[in-house]
Amino acid sequence: MAQHPDLIMSIAGPDATMLAGPNPGVEAATHSQPAWVVLAYLIAGVCFILALRRLSSPETSRRGNRLGMVGMAIAVVITLAVHDIASLLEISVAIAIGAVIGLTTARRIQMTAMPQLVAAFHSLVGLAAVLVGAAAFLNPDAFGILGDEGIHTVSRVEMALGVAIGAITFSGSVIAFLKLNGNMSGAPILLPGRHVLNIATLAGILGLVAYFTLDQSPWVFWTVTALSFVIGFLLIIPIGGADMPVVVSMLNSYSGWAAAAMGFTLGNSAMIITGALVGSSGAILSYIMCRAMNRSFISVIAGGFGGDAAASGGAAVINRPYRRGSAEDAAFLMKQAEQVIIVPGYGMAVAQAQHVLREMGDLLKKEGVRVKYAIHPVAGRMPGHMNVLLAEANVPYDEVFELEDINSEFAQTDVAFVIGANDVTNPAAKTDKSSPIFGMPILDVEKARTVLFVKRSMGGAGYAGVDNELFYRDNTMMLLADAKKMVEEIVKALA
Amino acid sequence: MDFLSILSIFVLACFVGYYVVWSVTPALHTPLMAVTNAISSVIIVGALIAAAAAGSPGAKWLGLLAVVLASINIFGGFAVTQRMLAMYRKKERRS
Repeated sequence: MAQHPDLIMSIAGPDATMLAGPNPGVEAATHSQPAWVVLAYLIAGVCFILALRRLSSPETSRRGNRLGMVGMAIAVVITLAVHDIASLLEISVAIAIGAVIGLTTARRIQMTAMPQLVAAFHSLVGLAAVLVGAAAFLNPDAFGILGDEGIHTVSRVEMALGVAIGAITFSGSVIAFLKLNGNMSGAPILLPGRHVLNIATLAGILGLVAYFTLDQSPWVFWTVTALSFVIGFLLIIPIGGADMPVVVSMLNSYSGWAAAAMGFTLGNSAMIITGALVGSSGAILSYIMCRAMNRSFISVIAGGFGGDAAASGGAAVINRPYRRGSAEDAAFLMKQAEQVIIVPGYGMAVAQAQHVLREMGDLLKKEGVRVKYAIHPVAGRMPGHMNVLLAEANVPYDEVFELEDINSEFAQTDVAFVIGANDVTNPAAKTDKSSPIFGMPILDVEKARTVLFVKRSMGGAGYAGVDNELFYRDNTMMLLADAKKMVEEIVKALA
Repeated sequence: MDFLSILSIFVLACFVGYYVVWSVTPALHTPLMAVTNAISSVIIVGALIAAAAAGSPGAKWLGLLAVVLASINIFGGFAVTQRMLAMYRKKERRS
């Protein structure tokens, strides 16, 4: 060892200078902020945690949301207060423009269109992250990440990852929006060799992020950005419309990680806490959705499963006998019942039948019937979609039950009223090992004395393209019509 | 704050997020997504810094555009969450 002092020196050298004494480059990386500023950002972060915590019950949730607003106000005011602002007017105008667009959209949007809106909002967070990252690259000094040799190495990685995740969130959310909004077919678009292409692009991005620590020339940064936009697009196009609940949750998660990465760049605790919260929230929701479909996250992301009912249905020729009923039959059956469980699905949302459905429920209650609603976790196009629609129609939330809370009750139920749902009730998920939905937890509507199925027509199976055995059972009555029209007729018959 | 303190906050916040989100009732999963979307727009902090700083006009305009986008999300996200949460009602106790 002693024979090679110069070797030891050259190894220990850089480390020694890092540790020893003041080094202006390292000092700047500490994002020095006054203590009260750091504390204020921390308070903002705590407000966000409490905002989510209070979503554990609808009663506390409204206060929680206001706490979230307080947290955001703190973060914005503190940021403006501690920086020398060269352009207060422009910033105020920018915020005002955003406020007008945001508030107008929030007020006008239909509850059935909530999945599209959330996807659109995700894309904005993603794009904002890209823009902030790009601004930090162009003006690193303003962000306190400029050292002696350009941008700090750690900051470069954080920045590049933030921009990459932001860009993926943006282009992925745009595709999700187009699919959910119907501007683009929900059918999966399968490019040849897409797995190889995707993996190569991802590897390229990661490789370039690593290379960015050595060479901070602009082309590396912009190539990472461009490739990330491309991969976001490629990742989402093969995923079918019905898998969108997972995709929307996943993009929710990504928007959080993008914010967290930017928080690292700025050394800002509010951003990091929020990013971690949102990131875990989206990840957990994706997990819940996957579990409810008995699919692995990987298989959803790999895509190619299902599409619109239009894309997959029609293939099966249906000529088995089934029992068809009229609105009057349905009204009569339900009036006699002691308990009716209503099972809503995406079809109810498409037909906007939630309001008239609640009317039907009210009339039945007047007849002394107990009415409950059963919701499958993947009903609709985003987590909790059905709950919001029923809440919009003034259905009290304590009449609405989750799968595991109500499934045992079907056996003691006289009528199960299935409206716009299909696969989530299909007993093949329990019995038929060859079925693509085998293993998926379902609502046991088959156990009810009578099952009423509101469906547009006998053709067109659910998104999984699987025929539902239930349609042909003796205790099933098919109500073939548009969901809203059928329920309106039932309401007329009940009144 | 140095990198390790930031990393500590991040890791602990992930755990907080995990437990907090599991406690959210499934009936409120859509509002949860809307509100997480609103709070992830805290990225506006970075946008404001970029927009406020003198020195690089390019960075300033990128920052201003990011401020617009993040503001749409903040106002829109919180407002739509409020609108949804206002709809959740309990059974009226008439009897």
